[in-house]
Amino acid sequence: MKYLDEYRDGTVAAKLVEEIRRVQTRPWVIMEVCGGQTHSIVKNGIDYLLPEGVELVHGPGCPVCVTPLEMIDKAHAIARRPEVIFCSFGDMLRVPGSDGDLFRVKSQGGDVRVVYSPLDCLKIARANPDKQVVFFAIGFETTAPANAMLAWRAKNDGVKNVFLLVSHVLVPPSIAAILQSPQNRVQGFLGPGHVCAVMGYREYEPLSARFNVPIVITGFEPIDILHGVLMTLRQLEEGRAEVENEYSRILDRAGNRPAQQLVASVFEIADRKWRGVGTIPKSGYKLRWEFRDHDAEKIFNVKEIDTREPEICISGQILRGLKKPHDCPAFGRECDPQHPLGATMVSAEGACAAYYAYGRHLQAEKEREQLVSIGGFA
Amino acid sequence: MCLAIPGKVVETFNANSMLMARVQFGGVVREACLEYVPETRVGEYVLVHVGFAISRVNEEEAQRTYAALAELDQLSELNTPEVEEAPGGRPRGGGA
Repeated sequence: MKYLDEYRDGTVAAKLVEEIRRVQTRPWVIMEVCGGQTHSIVKNGIDYLLPEGVELVHGPGCPVCVTPLEMIDKAHAIARRPEVIFCSFGDMLRVPGSDGDLFRVKSQGGDVRVVYSPLDCLKIARANPDKQVVFFAIGFETTAPANAMLAWRAKNDGVKNVFLLVSHVLVPPSIAAILQSPQNRVQGFLGPGHVCAVMGYREYEPLSARFNVPIVITGFEPIDILHGVLMTLRQLEEGRAEVENEYSRILDRAGNRPAQQLVASVFEIADRKWRGVGTIPKSGYKLRWEFRDHDAEKIFNVKEIDTREPEICISGQILRGLKKPHDCPAFGRECDPQHPLGATMVSAEGACAAYYAYGRHLQAEKEREQLVSIGGFA
Repeated sequence: MCLAIPGKVVETFNANSMLMARVQFGGVVREACLEYVPETRVGEYVLVHVGFAISRVNEEEAQRTYAALAELDQLSELNTPEVEEAPGGRPRGGGA
């Protein structure tokens, strides 16, 4: 397919790897922000192609992963109601709450439906006027314009039986939270290409300047990622810290203005809790007051649910680039995609799930065995 | 979750007073909302995420980047060798 296949070319990839080896003179830690990039890196083995001194750590950019357990439980409580048709992107269906996932709710009689686009909810609502159609509006800035359009159309077209359960998160505050941590190891970022297709990259400039880190807005194909790594390395080696755009075929500095305008008229900035990380101030969206009649949290009045995460899970440290999946004693043992213990295993784009999907738990198991045998001799 | 795919606009139309398009991805054709890239014409490529076109693919930029990548070999010959910096360098990340 045009604009995809060219960016999977092995010859170009080999040249980029060669250039990366030439440019790099000392160890660097680079974080890819977006879960889609993490998936592409692990799937294509890009981290194995890089020289030893270039370490890729995996960021918090998977909205499915960071949706807090309390919100998942709220979604399940709403989806169980007999008057509700609960609509969601497919990614959220397998995410377990305190008592099973949305598939389980469905198997117990809940009307749970997967939608391709948020606009599908308008059609479902018009066809089922006696039902309440609730959409689980999760995502980063990439998805906000689509979800905003649903709220906007529902309000302005008078489709009264459409509601949004909003759990929207934003990338720049999470980058700031990572950089502010005293334990931070990240020295450069591959910025989130599709988030910036919507938002542009102006808001990354003050971050890059304040923390003295290169941020290279990067695409998702193997060539894009290698190119993004090369651009970041050049900055690091030359002592520069700027925002650069690797993904110029898709976005520019300003981003998509009509999308930004509609998002701003539907949502306002709010504090959000991130699964595995905790509350980050001003790190998400909530519906504006004008849209309160379509706000599922207000209308369905689900009370706060107290939840607890398993203590063994280190997903919070993985999301901040401090640890890797194979550093976790539960990885591939107690915790796998069928029985996830925490944020980074619940979605295919989480670092742990990506490592598991491409067989890296087998390697982790081998390393453990080696450690045990070394320990035996000591 | 932020998956977005480039596809070719094969037809534009209005539905429920919204600008829509039929977009071709390889052998698959799906509908997408064009409200955020209303200037798009048939034959152009758009980036589609959850049924919404969020960006138009900039063909010139695509060609420019790709040509630059393909020339990496020759370019690396021309680059002057890096000057070794004292170990340590300046601190990065952490602390404002």
